[in-house]
Amino acid sequence: MKFFPLLWATLWRKKTRTIFTLLSIVVAFLLFGLLETVDYAFSHPSGGASGADRLITINKYSITFSLPYADVQEIKSVPGVAAVTWLSWFGGYYQEAKNFVFALPIDTDSYFTVYNDDFVIADDQMRAFRNTRTGGLANSALLKKYGWKIGDKIPVHSTIWTQKDGSLDWTFDIVGVFDTKDPSQASAQAATFLFHYEMFDEGRNFGKGNVGWFEERVADPAQSAAVSNKIDALFANSANETKTQPAKDFALAFIKQLGDIGFVLHAILGAVFFTLLFLTGNTMMQSVRERIPELAVLKTLGFGNGTILGLVVAESLLLCGMGAVIGLGLSYVALPGIKNALQGVDLSPAGLVPGFGVAVLLALIVGIPPAVRAVRLNIIDALAAQH
Amino acid sequence: MFKQLAAVTWMNLQTLPQRFGASSVIVIGIAGVVAVLVSVLAMGVGFQHTLADSGRADRVIILRGGSDVELNSNLTREDIDVIASAPGLVKDSLGKPALSNELVTVANVPKIDTGTDANVTLRGVGAKLLTVRPEIHLVSGRMFQPAVRELIAGAGAARQFRGLTAGSILRLRNADWTVTGVFTSDGDVHESELLADVDTVASAIERTGYSSAIGLLESAAAFDAFKDALTTDPRLKVDVQREPDYYAAQSKDLSKTLKVVGTTVAAIMAIGAMFGALNSMYSAVATRSLEIATLRAIGFGGVPIVISVLIEALLLSLLGGLLGAALAWVFFNGHSVSTLGGAFAQVVFKLTVTRTLIVTGIVWACIIGLLGGFFPAVRAARIPVAEALRAA
Repeated sequence: MKFFPLLWATLWRKKTRTIFTLLSIVVAFLLFGLLETVDYAFSHPSGGASGADRLITINKYSITFSLPYADVQEIKSVPGVAAVTWLSWFGGYYQEAKNFVFALPIDTDSYFTVYNDDFVIADDQMRAFRNTRTGGLANSALLKKYGWKIGDKIPVHSTIWTQKDGSLDWTFDIVGVFDTKDPSQASAQAATFLFHYEMFDEGRNFGKGNVGWFEERVADPAQSAAVSNKIDALFANSANETKTQPAKDFALAFIKQLGDIGFVLHAILGAVFFTLLFLTGNTMMQSVRERIPELAVLKTLGFGNGTILGLVVAESLLLCGMGAVIGLGLSYVALPGIKNALQGVDLSPAGLVPGFGVAVLLALIVGIPPAVRAVRLNIIDALAAQH
Repeated sequence: MFKQLAAVTWMNLQTLPQRFGASSVIVIGIAGVVAVLVSVLAMGVGFQHTLADSGRADRVIILRGGSDVELNSNLTREDIDVIASAPGLVKDSLGKPALSNELVTVANVPKIDTGTDANVTLRGVGAKLLTVRPEIHLVSGRMFQPAVRELIAGAGAARQFRGLTAGSILRLRNADWTVTGVFTSDGDVHESELLADVDTVASAIERTGYSSAIGLLESAAAFDAFKDALTTDPRLKVDVQREPDYYAAQSKDLSKTLKVVGTTVAAIMAIGAMFGALNSMYSAVATRSLEIATLRAIGFGGVPIVISVLIEALLLSLLGGLLGAALAWVFFNGHSVSTLGGAFAQVVFKLTVTRTLIVTGIVWACIIGLLGGFFPAVRAARIPVAEALRAA
């Protein structure tokens, strides 16, 4: 610590150069922070605090195929299944195709048994929902987005389901509004609109008696894999084989289909850091080169090789460390902004942690070569070169 | 003045090799920015090309009204009969219209690189397939036969997914299908698909009815009359679109996202590269302060000095831009990737580094270079002559 003033003074020896180098490091770590958080979010889809005990059963062939409603009784009988509910993809939008509404037909009792603890809904609104056949519960963000109010009648267009009269527009009465208990789930649920499965199944003119998929809650999350296998064994070799997996794995598999996002992000980061390595390395080399006489004086005064090495590496660490802290700090501040741009993706600051490791690595790579050069310095030559 | 400018610039450039380290910071920094920018944008352009090429103005796609994409749509046999009798379709010698009734479904096939299942479109096509889509050519094997479980695979799909070569067996929904051939279709979206006889597909997935009907019109101008005939027919409730319009709508979102992501990331990187350029140019000016002061002392103006520094920065950044664009081109042009398209199935496309993208990259490079060179250039012109000379 006693060398800190010396370190600080040498770091700012050439102010402009240090500031510009620092700013490039800040920019690189800002990018690192942003891209790593996005990558982390895509590779760790959050199922909420209680997500580990949720399973999802889809048609093995593809989720675009339905499953018979009758399966629900058999799934219920599997030991370890605490609750099961059934849902269907509605493909909804409000007025225009770009206004996506995640309209989800739910069987009220079983849905809220599976998701016993996920939603915050006022009691009277929940009662109103149960008592209104055409009722719907909108997420508070959705309500706000389209300026809906409780009591409004709103049309939701389905791209799939025709009603008996051939119409694709379904009308609902908004009777309540809900929020997610876990705030990290808020963005994932921002477009959710819940309505009655019964009304949906009676209203559609084809596909009756089939459901899109099942969702289960298991009694013991440690048994998820065993329960999944038991469910799939029930329907093996039937016309509609199933594929049951934890909700998280399902989300991961879906994200994988988007392509290798991780590869793209890491390739970009590779380019950023290769560039940065070059830039910072050049600055450090230059800075040591200019200080050769000073380093020679230090050596003459009796500074050991270890100390000289330490001083140069510490300078590099200080520079990279400051850049990393500021850059990662900035990306942390920017997180809410990207969260809005990437709807449904939950960003956690956990993605920032590896940044500090990268900073140390970078500091060592750019600091050690000039440090070694400083150590190998011949005092006489270096002092002589000054004149 | 031009004489002065030429002299100063020439002097600057001659000393470039001595400042190799600092100069290469500009080149490499800018090359990084341009390589990232061009590669990400090439992804968007490639995807757009694949979908934009999937259509002819004289070909129409008919879906159930309000369905948006084929996967959601449902047309009955009766609907198809009504559509087949509409005016404007190309007819063969027997008077049969060039209309292919199609059924789109999704099959799970593992990807070659990751081994994980991905959704691939299995398209059931009508007997008029080759009349409606003359661009389809088999590159290996033979055509599928109706009524048996046979299919042909698109060349793009064959590159990305496992087990799609002529003669191999694909297990789809409890049944074995034989891949009888591999086809190309001018690099359009159907090259990502599997094609089979429509009624065989329908019976395999236990579905009655179709997803869409694709028709070839006598001319692109016949579209309006054809569309009016169908949309005013009380027996039908359908959307009629020209094929290019249908596919353009599907590529809009992803292309836009990639453009925003690519530009944002490259813009942030560009700021970093600009600081690097500033650093290098400042040190370039500093090491030459004696020469510059000497020139000023013998009567050179400030403007040629400023411009000469800018020219140096510009040349270095141009070099960086070319290097970056070249890297993107060498590594990624034609690189085949796939993503989930609008129809909930994989679309295979190739990254396409176009001339426009290269020009965009080089323009970015020059802007970064100019910004990075400007302040050092001004400083160079303001070097106090007496002090600089005395310091030496």
